[in-house]
Amino acid sequence: MIVTPVTYRFDQPLSLRGGAVLPAYELVVETYGTLNADKSNAVLVCHALNASHHVAGWHADASDQPLARSEGWWNNMIGPGKPVDTDRFFVIGVNNLGSCFGSTGPTHNNPATGQAWGADFPVVTVEDWVEAQARLLDAMGIQTLAAVMGGSLGGMQALAWTLQYPERVRHAVVVASAPNLTAENIAFNEVARRAIVTDPDFHGGHYLQHGTLPRRGLRIARMIGHITYLSDDVMNEKFGRALRTVDGEDPAAVAELAYRYTTQDVEFQIESYLRYQGDKFSEYFDANTYLLITRALDYFDPAREHGGSLGAALARAQAKFLLVSFSTDWRFSPARSREIVKALLDNRREVSYCEIDAPHGHDAFLLDDARYHAAVRSFFQHTVGAPQ
Amino acid sequence: MSERHLLDSIARLVPPGSRVLDLGCGDGAMLAHLQATRGCTGYGVEIDDAEVQACLQRGVNVLQLNLEEGLTMFGDNAFDVVLQIDTLQHLRNAETMLRETARVGRIGVVAFPNFAHWPNRLAVLQGRMPVTKRLPYQWYDTPNIRVGTYADFEVLARRNGLTVEDGFGLHEGREVRMLPNLMASTAVFRFSK
Repeated sequence: MIVTPVTYRFDQPLSLRGGAVLPAYELVVETYGTLNADKSNAVLVCHALNASHHVAGWHADASDQPLARSEGWWNNMIGPGKPVDTDRFFVIGVNNLGSCFGSTGPTHNNPATGQAWGADFPVVTVEDWVEAQARLLDAMGIQTLAAVMGGSLGGMQALAWTLQYPERVRHAVVVASAPNLTAENIAFNEVARRAIVTDPDFHGGHYLQHGTLPRRGLRIARMIGHITYLSDDVMNEKFGRALRTVDGEDPAAVAELAYRYTTQDVEFQIESYLRYQGDKFSEYFDANTYLLITRALDYFDPAREHGGSLGAALARAQAKFLLVSFSTDWRFSPARSREIVKALLDNRREVSYCEIDAPHGHDAFLLDDARYHAAVRSFFQHTVGAPQ
Repeated sequence: MSERHLLDSIARLVPPGSRVLDLGCGDGAMLAHLQATRGCTGYGVEIDDAEVQACLQRGVNVLQLNLEEGLTMFGDNAFDVVLQIDTLQHLRNAETMLRETARVGRIGVVAFPNFAHWPNRLAVLQGRMPVTKRLPYQWYDTPNIRVGTYADFEVLARRNGLTVEDGFGLHEGREVRMLPNLMASTAVFRFSK
């Protein structure tokens, strides 16, 4: 499945929760499958921190062949014959405002100055993203979504959709998510942000004008994030205490006791793995985007306007829900998903909940797990796709 | 026990249009039956992955939760009817669950294997634990960790201040109202607070 992103431009100003106004904005969008005649089979997919509109399929190279390593981030979930079957549903992937993958964000020019927005890009919230996306649906002529779905931050966004536009969402699939971040979770985000902001190349967020990038900060941010997306068990299984191997070196030759007694060189494999992940990330991700999106995570808290009562906040929701959590996910733990389930039950909303016993931590929501995928498939086949 | 007869016998205890919580709902057949024939709504609770999947395939609302962790998810009197069909005997905290059932539902319905059914008594008289169609396990591998009798339940219900509104036995697909403690392989009770 080869896909090509499309850009939608919106010239009506968008008022943001934080008080700022975006005079105009663009959203980059990919779609999969075919919108049916009565436009009732649309499924909106919301992305998490470091993902994009490129949900499924591959991008094309110059000769229209699938481009290497261009697979969509949820390609195991969405496509022809997959759990979210694009032979049946019209799936929409959209890049959030503030991102660095094409939709209006801090790397774009601020029309007021002609310079990159950088740190001046306004703070955007999950609710702002929903407002921007509602206009996208208007532009596409879609009144009601068959479903909105997402994992992690994307799950929060799916939940926000059911509260801001309850009449436009028939079903919601919320995976590995939470009704807000815990203090520990905000703390991890803050460490990542401080790593970026204190990088000498950050220049108050205007690094592009200085012709540089705060790569060191981004690397640390990614390393911290990566640790929290895995479980202790999976890390031990993957790396354990194994020592690093240099290219061309036989791993078996690196004996158990061959410590190098160094404080700064890579000694353990987990270190080289994290460094590799950090290096890769710092080459393609924008630092201001990282600050903006982690802040959007921190601010999300629908219960806040209801005296802290999630039950009161979710009274607006009309959708039928499927929630999924993973037993070893300690960043968005099953207990947090159960809070959402309880709030829906208190409001007598229709909800199913699966707690998948998987070893992979938070990352499990992106991986291929037969029980998880079967649950989503069944929900789409027998509930989302049931005759209305 | 004939699946169909069990469904019908239990369904008759559930008022039409009820909001139902089915604890240990298995593949969701009972909820689907109540929705289709009696206009009920509700949720099943189940821990087993394959059963949860079966519920989703029926389009029945299912919550994957461990009943041993209690019913804190559910508010007082949140349901018209709470079902525990072949569930009680698997629970370590069976008495707590019975009280919790009464807390979250206006009406409780339980069904469980009656250990005092005469073939079971006969087996024990002969010095062996019973192995029957209804209790097919050996003593060392049975998941039925709380074995009780029809008469035992009446005592437990009274002890917890519950009113038994109806009680009968089920055997070979028939309701048994004469000497159920002796003549029925399954005990069924409908109770309220």
